Amino acid sequence: MAKHRMHLMLCAGTGCVSNKSLKIREALEKELKKHKLEEEILTVMTGCNGFCAQGPIMVVHPDEIFYQMLTEKDIPHLVEEHFLKGRPVKKLMYTPPKEEAPVPKMSDIGFFKEQRLVALRNRGLIDPEKIDEYIARDGYSALARVLTSMTPGEIIKEIKDSGLRGRGGAGFPTGKKWEFAAEAEGEEKYIICNADEGDPGAFMDRSIVESDPHSVLEGISIGARAIGAQHGYIYIRSEYPIAVKRMRKAIKQAREYGLLGEDILGTGFDFEISVHQGAGAFVCGEETSLIASLEGRPPEPRIRPPFPAQSGLWGKPTNINNVETWANVPEIINRGASWYSQLGTDTSKGTKVFSLVGKVKNTGLVEVPMGITFRKIIYDIGGGILEDKKFKAVQTGGPSGGCIPEELLDLPIDYERLIEVGSIMGSGGMIVMDEDTCMVDVARYFVDFLRGESCGKCTSCREGLESMYQILTGICEGKGTEGDVELLQELGSAIKDGSMCALGGTAANPVLSTIRYFEDEYWSHIREQKCSAGVCKELIRYSVDREECTGCLRCVKNCPSSAISGQKKEPVNLDQEKCIKCGICFEVCKFKAIVIE
Amino acid sequence: MAKLRPEDLEKISQKMRKMTILREGTNRARITVHMGTCGIAAGARKIMAAILTLIEERNTRDVVAISSGCAGLCSREPMMTVELKGEAPVKYVDLTEKKVQEIFTQHVMNGNLVVKYALAIGSERVS
Repeated sequence: MAKHRMHLMLCAGTGCVSNKSLKIREALEKELKKHKLEEEILTVMTGCNGFCAQGPIMVVHPDEIFYQMLTEKDIPHLVEEHFLKGRPVKKLMYTPPKEEAPVPKMSDIGFFKEQRLVALRNRGLIDPEKIDEYIARDGYSALARVLTSMTPGEIIKEIKDSGLRGRGGAGFPTGKKWEFAAEAEGEEKYIICNADEGDPGAFMDRSIVESDPHSVLEGISIGARAIGAQHGYIYIRSEYPIAVKRMRKAIKQAREYGLLGEDILGTGFDFEISVHQGAGAFVCGEETSLIASLEGRPPEPRIRPPFPAQSGLWGKPTNINNVETWANVPEIINRGASWYSQLGTDTSKGTKVFSLVGKVKNTGLVEVPMGITFRKIIYDIGGGILEDKKFKAVQTGGPSGGCIPEELLDLPIDYERLIEVGSIMGSGGMIVMDEDTCMVDVARYFVDFLRGESCGKCTSCREGLESMYQILTGICEGKGTEGDVELLQELGSAIKDGSMCALGGTAANPVLSTIRYFEDEYWSHIREQKCSAGVCKELIRYSVDREECTGCLRCVKNCPSSAISGQKKEPVNLDQEKCIKCGICFEVCKFKAIVIE
Repeated sequence: MAKLRPEDLEKISQKMRKMTILREGTNRARITVHMGTCGIAAGARKIMAAILTLIEERNTRDVVAISSGCAGLCSREPMMTVELKGEAPVKYVDLTEKKVQEIFTQHVMNGNLVVKYALAIGSERVS
């Protein structure tokens, strides 16, 4: 029997695999076999579904029943009840924050409902390791179309008209970039896919490669035709083993089908793609560093011009775009520039994938039209702040993005508006912070990351970030002085102006934006030696509220430095000398009797 | 593997879509086989197998077969419900593989109710 009556789309993205989705598959196969259902029901391992917070995830078709947080022991019951007897199992479904009854259908879940999938159009719907499933979703039809009925000039015009801009961060118009490379002198040209996703907490590119590698290959091939490149490289981090494996497999399958290699689709077009694994340096995301790394040199950026379009890999004209940009290309060719340009704002067209992380209830990967507000993403899709705490800030654009405060929650998100408010789009990281976050500490954290990742070529970036880190550490330890804030601002603009690449160019954003919106916090650290969020250890002390303490001795048992002592049913005593401010007593107290001062 | 030509993409797509149509939620007809313990004991699994074979043989792309629990009338199992898009569901009872073939041709494919095997039209009232 070839026809299956039910498809179980089990997520095999990195998030769900870490939550043991491969074990779930084993259990499913075992149970399906036991009930002799293996010929009626098909298990499909898909790429990342996006709703990583609820993994492992399984969507059952038909009917789109959404199961979440599955464990091996749920499987026997699930197979018998739902897959055999047709009674969906409510307790394994998703209950959105604030609601009572489980919501079974995917299209009813707020997290999915508000999203608009273009780059992620196939996520969770296909098995990424089967090229036929991609083809069934109109895969490679855009490539066939450009090879049989469009000139390179027409392809470039279509991409230009669509308004697509680089999704790697800078937002340069993609069509224009292609045009430069196409017009550059020379027979030998290269094309590169930047899959060196380095922002902490960002995983959209990994997810696209894992869930739909062929969409990236097709996009690159279309770009190659447009600029006249014969060879493409996918520069991908070694830290992404599943993505690397799936991409290699996809390339092999495409070659077998004649969708890569010589005489593609019998049209006379020759194009090859190879995978290059990077060793995971943040600066490699910068295009000239990436090219240096591909050539086997240390990854240091160089001054531009000449731009890679004139002189890139091995000195030849080169076009480089990011994974998400490439994944958009086939869909734009298939559905037309005018369709794509209807989505988004005046200056920023289409959709953007964000990795929504931090103190938000629904963490995961979201693709939304440009122009959507932060409020919609954080509250409607993200389900609000964890434990219903108060929102404090959202940081966009990775470590060198800025922190955006509550009063800007209704800002429509696009490239220009983010820059206006002191942040960047970046590759789409979105870190939500709650009231328990200290903004000075946040700035210090990102500067610490960046000073470690600075390649050291430009003095301003290398020394400037180091100095900033020292000053910020001083403030966090209560050693800040008058003039520190001004000095940070001055250093910030010096780093911005004096650095060659975008790493240095944007590195001051976390500091400058937190000063811009949360200056009070800097001053209370410096002048009053106070950290209102209760984060900076040197500025806080824990004490016991004797009214609230019931003498349960939970804190006494858990304190690692024996700083708390007391008798049962009597308020405990906390020895400030011994206290190491680890915060464990605060976490374990059920009566809110440990207070931070 | 043979190298593809542009027209081959459509062929692969057609072939695959028969399988992936299940994931798209645009079905013209839904056939629900009632697979409670009673239904299974009375032979519902054979009925399901027969339906899946028919879908395969007739090459239909817009019919899905799903399983559901006991419909409450255990003495008339195996039972199935046929629901065409925009029409009221129809319950068929005392099924055999042969009856299923007839219902599939008449009702599912051609839209004509097979009165002699039908129990009732519509759903139970759920309050």
